Amino acid sequence: MRDARDRFLRNKAAIACMAVLFLIVVFVLVGPQFSQWSNEEIDWDALGDIQTMGAPSLESGHYFGTDELGRDLFARTIQATGTSLLVGLIGSAMALILGTAWGVIAGYVGGRTDNIMMRLVDILLAIPTTLVIILILIIAGRSFVALFVALGAVSWLTMARIVRAQTLALKNREFIEAARAGGVSETMIVFRHILPNLFGVVIVYASLLIPEMILSESFISFLGLGISEPYTSLGALIAQGAGTMAYGTLWQLLFPLFFYVAIILTMFFIGDGLRDALDPKDR
Amino acid sequence: MGPLLVLAMLSYTIRRLLVAIPTILLLIVACFFLMHVAPGGPFTSERPLPEAVLANIEARYGLDQPLWKQLWDYLTNIVVHFDFGPSFKFKDRDVNDIIAHGFPISLTYGFLAFLAASIVGIALGVAAAIRHNTWIDYFAVCLGVAAQALPNFIMGPILILTFTLWLGLLPGGGWNGGQWQYLVMPVIALSTSYMGSIARITRSSMLEILHSNFIRTARAKGLPEYLIIWRHALKPTLLPVISYLGPVFVYVLTGSVFVDIYFSTGGLGQSYVSSALSRDYAVLLGVTILYGALTVIVNLLTDLAYAWFDPKIRY
Amino acid sequence: MSVLNVQNLCVHFDTSDGVIESVKDISFKIEKGQCLGIVGESGSGKSQSFLAAMGLLAKNGSASGAVQLDGQEILNSPISSLNKLRGKDVGMIFQDPLTALTPHLKIGQQMTEVLHVHTSHSRSDARRHCLDWLQRVRIPDAEKRLNQYPHELSGGMRQRVMIAMAMLCSPKLLIADEPTTALDVTVQAEVLDLISELQEEQGTAVALITHDMGVVARMCDYVQVMRLGKFVEEGPVDSVFENPSHEYTQQLLQAMPRIDATHPIKVQSTPNLLLDAKDIKVHFPFKVGGHLFSRSVPLRAVDGVSFTLNEGETLGIVGESGCGKSTLARALIRLIEPTSGDVSWLGKNLTQLDKNAMTQARRDLQIVFQDPFASLDPRMTISDSIAEPLRTFRPELTSRERRELVQDMMNRVGLDASMTNRYPHELSGGQNQRVGIARAMINKPKLIICDEAVSALDVSIQAQILELLKKLQAEFGMSLLFISHDLSVVKEISDRVMVLYLGRIVELGSSTDVCTNPAHPYTQALISAVPIPDPKLERSRERIRLTDELSSPLDPKAFLRFLPSKIDSNEIDYVPKLSEVAPGHFVAEHDNVV
Repeated sequence: MRDARDRFLRNKAAIACMAVLFLIVVFVLVGPQFSQWSNEEIDWDALGDIQTMGAPSLESGHYFGTDELGRDLFARTIQATGTSLLVGLIGSAMALILGTAWGVIAGYVGGRTDNIMMRLVDILLAIPTTLVIILILIIAGRSFVALFVALGAVSWLTMARIVRAQTLALKNREFIEAARAGGVSETMIVFRHILPNLFGVVIVYASLLIPEMILSESFISFLGLGISEPYTSLGALIAQGAGTMAYGTLWQLLFPLFFYVAIILTMFFIGDGLRDALDPKDR
Repeated sequence: MGPLLVLAMLSYTIRRLLVAIPTILLLIVACFFLMHVAPGGPFTSERPLPEAVLANIEARYGLDQPLWKQLWDYLTNIVVHFDFGPSFKFKDRDVNDIIAHGFPISLTYGFLAFLAASIVGIALGVAAAIRHNTWIDYFAVCLGVAAQALPNFIMGPILILTFTLWLGLLPGGGWNGGQWQYLVMPVIALSTSYMGSIARITRSSMLEILHSNFIRTARAKGLPEYLIIWRHALKPTLLPVISYLGPVFVYVLTGSVFVDIYFSTGGLGQSYVSSALSRDYAVLLGVTILYGALTVIVNLLTDLAYAWFDPKIRY
Repeated sequence: MSVLNVQNLCVHFDTSDGVIESVKDISFKIEKGQCLGIVGESGSGKSQSFLAAMGLLAKNGSASGAVQLDGQEILNSPISSLNKLRGKDVGMIFQDPLTALTPHLKIGQQMTEVLHVHTSHSRSDARRHCLDWLQRVRIPDAEKRLNQYPHELSGGMRQRVMIAMAMLCSPKLLIADEPTTALDVTVQAEVLDLISELQEEQGTAVALITHDMGVVARMCDYVQVMRLGKFVEEGPVDSVFENPSHEYTQQLLQAMPRIDATHPIKVQSTPNLLLDAKDIKVHFPFKVGGHLFSRSVPLRAVDGVSFTLNEGETLGIVGESGCGKSTLARALIRLIEPTSGDVSWLGKNLTQLDKNAMTQARRDLQIVFQDPFASLDPRMTISDSIAEPLRTFRPELTSRERRELVQDMMNRVGLDASMTNRYPHELSGGQNQRVGIARAMINKPKLIICDEAVSALDVSIQAQILELLKKLQAEFGMSLLFISHDLSVVKEISDRVMVLYLGRIVELGSSTDVCTNPAHPYTQALISAVPIPDPKLERSRERIRLTDELSSPLDPKAFLRFLPSKIDSNEIDYVPKLSEVAPGHFVAEHDNVV
């Protein structure tokens, strides 16, 4: 573990990304203090002439300009960034818990149980993920909870597969046999030997899942199926910006896009750095 | 290939099919039930219809039958006639029509995007590994990373911004019978991010293979570098790539949902999302099953390609 | 003129931890038809020096000095000119023949491409030439092998293919890098014989890189002893073995257990029966056919083994890969459930015990594994690993008492107290094996099973671990079941030896009886295949060869390989009986002709 931390700290790209991500989080937490508008308020002055009045400016208090409806983009971007980060975290956390439990049980118990459990995963994996998410959102309605359920429902599958494969490999290692020879019970073996050894892989994969979750959510929002107004997410903002860019309001695309790309890239480099640090063989 | 090999491949194929077919059937059943637990039918969403009219409509679509009967009819229609039934929304079109109209379009540029992503991605990955730590390598790595942040729905606006609004070179959308000008941007938008990941996977796989013992043996035999790469290193390098290509093909097809809408190509994605918004479960169900079955088949093909590539797992 | 003349060769590697000097200023020559042995332990730089000479170093490596092949300078020459030599003037064979052959190319393709690059043979000529060489290295069904993939051949055959491939262009120099390390001892003997035959016939100079002094004694004319990148001693084999001048060479020779050595027999005061195994069988279902309807046949890994073990006694179990020795060990303590048979342990029948009772019984039954890294949980400190059996069996201990017990045990197995909180990857293989032994010993069990416990270690470390086991046995009086493929190691430590072949006992007796008076042809072949680190003796020894390699346990005829008369009379299921040829010396029934 100590080595892993040292290796991670030596990875300059990952450290830089941690710093950037930290700044983004600070922005989300502290930003509202500086915002002169709320994310729902419509600036009637700007509404008539978005192209000039709604442009980013310090005087009007719209640091990032306004959107098509005259709402402050600064406040909306903060809210959207927060949503996206939350979606990433919760989605991957759900994958982590459900996928790990499923994979460990299937892999460790083995035999028929394994067969049935993994067949189910295969079938669920056969339904394209975006379709699953769309389906769940249609069926359960467009809410935060439904969104998390939908993202969690698709993300744990691959996690379960990875964890199962790792468990199978671990299960036949000699140190498990040694523990068994030392009289350690099977449950104890899972908690004391299997789970800690899965830790590296699971964390790495979960960290790589975060940008993937954010991507999926953005995609859904882009299609207009995501979180409903007045709440918004980066994907929805990008979609709106992309829709209006022909009218010369490019800031509506660029501000959310900047935050979006920044989050995805930093998360990606951090995940990569974690992989190098925790799993040096797997480069 | 000798006759024994053909036999082995054949039996492998049959065994995989024996698994794939029940998977598809289970998939249909699962989707069917999923749709039926959904609140509100297609006819309840708007202003309430008189009781009698509703019953009449439900009878027409067979919705008054017991659930198992509906499932059985649905299943047999698909299996025997390849018929997904009528649409709930469009009175004159059934699901088959909608699929027959939209799917070829989605498939065309989906397939082109798949080809572009695999060919360019693999070439770039191999080049990067052979020229490890040179500018080609760095370029490939950068592209691989950038691609992660440039999924199709980000690429779409960027492309339109550049090619249509600034340069005015390409039309901003439409299909026009599949003329090349209309294909360029959807294909680029769809393929970029997968190109990046394929290049990444190929590169790291190739690097690992180049460090393996049998490459050292090939070098010790005095083989020229191009033979070492071409004959000894390429095939094992592609093994992990192949298992990734299957999912990529599926991603590309489902990714077309966005491209269909953004570039208004008239592909299947447009019908899918509009049916989702109008709760046209028949279309929703049909398209989901189509993509699901396609996934299973693509996975099967991937496994077969893998078995053909690797003599060790052909059992 | 020497075939290979190396002057002041140095090899450096640029790593993230700084520059590592792996070969430091070495010089040597190899004359035509001579066999030079480079001997040293892992990490001594012996392989790197030859890879450097042939320009095959990893990208971060660099070499300086001078290397002349037939008078022509080759060190650091461009790849294109080296390619004209590699495979043509210099053939190379490597340690692990499975990973050294390209998995997706047929043997024929891999061989003919050498000829295509270096000669102007036509296609059919090239194929004929390859076939000719496959026959010369005595591969059975050579014609068929050309169309097979490497994974379809056994380890020994793969190494023969490597040799045939290296010899295709009749090179002036053959570099053999640990060519037999991954092979069984009888296969090793044949491969070594093959190399020396080729050396004589073709006049090829051979550079033999090895860690095994016995192999050097058998093969080499001249020897260089290498340690930490430097040569510490060199000279003709006879004089180096007779009169080793450097301390390290002496150590190496001493550490090497010898099959012809005599040991004082431990006097057993009270032959108290501890373990009585009766007719143990372990069968695994094995899928054959592989086509649409595969059927499953039992793979008889262990097939009716009976033996006894007394208190304080050491029983050695020896056999080649696939003979079922490790499966037997695991079946005894039910890490694998035996298919049938009884294990009586202190009067209890282990195979009948329920889960809880079995766990309790395990307190006295411990096992030490082959791979010291793999057998320790990488995420636990070594003291936690050692303490684990205490936590299970003596939960009443306070953590302070537990720590004291662990410290005491670490002390006894020669681990410094400062290592308490280290992780396995921070320790060496030998130290990790000490951890494994400490973990097995912590509850002072009555029996310890050592499954290839020293096989993965360098010779000098191996000797230390054997010493440690003997010392602990003298102190605590536990019994040992010592499993190894290496007969000389087994002999070094065991009171009695059991020889396994395809899951059955072929010979069982006191270690001196079995090693000096082997009665079964398989034991005889095994003993004569073990190289002895004494050049004169080694060259004069008569070899008993087995005609083919260890056959598959799926082939019912394989079990009757030493009793062909029963195959002839069509009694395929016949089980050879054990008979007592001398008091305590049992031998399986066999025909006299092999």
